[in-house]
Amino acid sequence: MNSEEKANLRQKAQIMDADAISRALVRISHEIVEKNSGTEGIILVGIHRRGVPLAERLARQIERIEGTEVPCGNLDITLYRDDLTLRHDRPLVQGTYVPIDITSRTVILVDDVLFTGRTIRAAMDALMDFGRPGAIQVVALVDRGHRELPIRADFVGKNVPTSRQEVVEVAVREIDGFEEVVIMERIGGEASNGGVEE
Amino acid sequence: MAELKSKDVLGLEHMSADEIQLILDTADSMREIIDRPIKQVPTLRGRNVLSLFYESSTRTKISFDLACRYLSAGAVSVAKSGSSLDKGESLRDTVRNVEVMGPELVIMRHPSGGAPHYLAQNVTSSVINAGDGYHEHPTQGLLDMMSVRRRTGTLEGLKVTIVGDLFHSRVARSDIWGFQKMGSEVVVSAPSTLIPPDIEEMGCRVEPRVEDALKDADVVCVLRLQLERQKQSFFPSVREYHALYGINARRLGLARPGALLMHPGPMNRGVEITTDIADGPQSIILDQVPNGVAVRMALLYLLLGGGE
Repeated sequence: MNSEEKANLRQKAQIMDADAISRALVRISHEIVEKNSGTEGIILVGIHRRGVPLAERLARQIERIEGTEVPCGNLDITLYRDDLTLRHDRPLVQGTYVPIDITSRTVILVDDVLFTGRTIRAAMDALMDFGRPGAIQVVALVDRGHRELPIRADFVGKNVPTSRQEVVEVAVREIDGFEEVVIMERIGGEASNGGVEE
Repeated sequence: MAELKSKDVLGLEHMSADEIQLILDTADSMREIIDRPIKQVPTLRGRNVLSLFYESSTRTKISFDLACRYLSAGAVSVAKSGSSLDKGESLRDTVRNVEVMGPELVIMRHPSGGAPHYLAQNVTSSVINAGDGYHEHPTQGLLDMMSVRRRTGTLEGLKVTIVGDLFHSRVARSDIWGFQKMGSEVVVSAPSTLIPPDIEEMGCRVEPRVEDALKDADVVCVLRLQLERQKQSFFPSVREYHALYGINARRLGLARPGALLMHPGPMNRGVEITTDIADGPQSIILDQVPNGVAVRMALLYLLLGGGE
């Protein structure tokens, strides 16, 4: 999003504060352990940018609960996007790090906002180039609906009904210096980017 | 969002430090793809790249071809022999044919300086200069900077010494422009017949004695000696060149401990560089090859990756 578009946004509501985010991540950590009957064979992979610190926090939390270390990687999906030719800018490529062979493992993708599902589609394509995972599960801090692909989250911090014209912004300590999730609405306008995800 | 200002990459002389930084950062991200089990991402699927090589080349050509393949771009190559390039077609006619074939990007190597610039001015496609005459070889300059930066973390404040045939070297020109823009000091050394008269105007320092040039260097870049130049009387004999300017362990020892040794290839072992150091611990010559692919991937992505 460029600064001009940003200027046309106004905060509508805060939907999560730092405490709410932290509680959601603790709950999701427990759910991950419950659903997978422990930590055997799982690897967390955060999607750039804000999925990366969220994945790292989940890994630390699971370690606290179970006492076993969970491998944690990160994924840049820029090179797998289906909207590169629709964009005027060239998103920065930030690199990918997958610490172990994912073949037959359960890969848990972590992203901040689940919207159209196209980011998760791209992330799954990227993962397949690293091996053949036994299963892929998805964590989203916020699920805001409006899916364009048959994709769903396995673990959700908060379900937030939104209109397409609104924008959900997540701030995390590690990147933004503060923590919150807010809904922004456009001032007197339609979505100008045709649903292209930021 | 940071972007390249031009549709073309013709040289480093007119590129800003910010643009070079963006290319090197992007190349660092691309580097990981080369080590994956499946070395291909779908980013440039359906995009077409044409390579026109009017001069023989092995590693630059392979490097560009691999970069296209790793990013899923379609690549068509025309080599000089056996094509209309060899049948006396003028550059102007080639350009007109390229225009109607409509590739999104053209990679060009040409024996005359400025040929890729002429192409770039006359086609809407992006053009990457893969080496033009004695002028520039920007992708080699970028991969040299990338190879050093991956070892040192920064190019700021480094002393880079370039030794060899500067007169006929497009690599040297791109290195001199590039490293200086990124805050390095560049010192060059060669027999006076192999130093172009205007080189100090580029901002670098000339040291006629190679020992003086190597003192405290962080990076030593050895250029290929084109052996056919001896016949043109640029230097008396290969043996004398080796004795006075060849880089060996003793001379490399004058540089900083752990200084990095580079060579753009192909090497004349025992002439401009000795085998013990070319294969030694300070050599990053074999890093330069995969980094070259990563730099070319970065340029393809930055020139073709977005929409119009």
